[in-house]
Amino acid sequence: MKPSVAVRPRLLRTLFLGLLMFGPAFALSGCVTLEPVKPWQKGNLARSDMAFDADALESKMAEHVYVSKESHYGGNGVGGGGCGCN
Amino acid sequence: MKIRHILRSVLVGLLLLSSAAHAQLVSVTSLKGQVVYLDFWASWCTPCKVSFPFMNELHEQLGNKGLVVLAVNLDEQRAAADRFLAQTPAKFRIAYDPKGVTPEHYTVKAMPTAVLIDRKGQVRHVHAGFREADKKDLRAQVEALLKEAP
Repeated sequence: MKPSVAVRPRLLRTLFLGLLMFGPAFALSGCVTLEPVKPWQKGNLARSDMAFDADALESKMAEHVYVSKESHYGGNGVGGGGCGCN
Repeated sequence: MKIRHILRSVLVGLLLLSSAAHAQLVSVTSLKGQVVYLDFWASWCTPCKVSFPFMNELHEQLGNKGLVVLAVNLDEQRAAADRFLAQTPAKFRIAYDPKGVTPEHYTVKAMPTAVLIDRKGQVRHVHAGFREADKKDLRAQVEALLKEAP
């Protein structure tokens, strides 16, 4: 009977450590099971006020100018001259 | 794939629930013997709006040849569908499925989706999306199905 008393705390500690290490992984796995939005459920997402840009034309122009100035960063196509007019 | 199609067409017995106070049920099995153009649409979907004149045309020109155009609305709010229909008149049958039960069975992957069911009740074509350019093919498929013997 004596050993079991000695084993207990160690077992508890192992369990606690295991929980500490893998607990977040289990908790996060809950997020994976989130169901994706179905095509017919996109009514709210389709609203214009749900768009990232308030004005599509304006953001396109802003991006155009930005790219022409900062094209050395890359990733946005080919940059032109300095005036942002091409 | 074929078996799945047949299974699905048996599943069409499933009913389209209406959000109206008096639930109006449409059983697609009762349309057996006719070619069914089953369309899934919603008020917020712009290509759906484009498809409405085409479906009106199909209904008017091929309705007496054994074609049933049945458009299932998938809006969560009935009012949104009513507003859409006030702007975009539909001459064909409309059913309402605000809970989205039926598109699940037809594995709808885009809005709108047109499902063509032949006279035997089998799903023959599934067409995702709608563009003006799709009209010709869809029309030809519908006409080919109409020519088949029941």
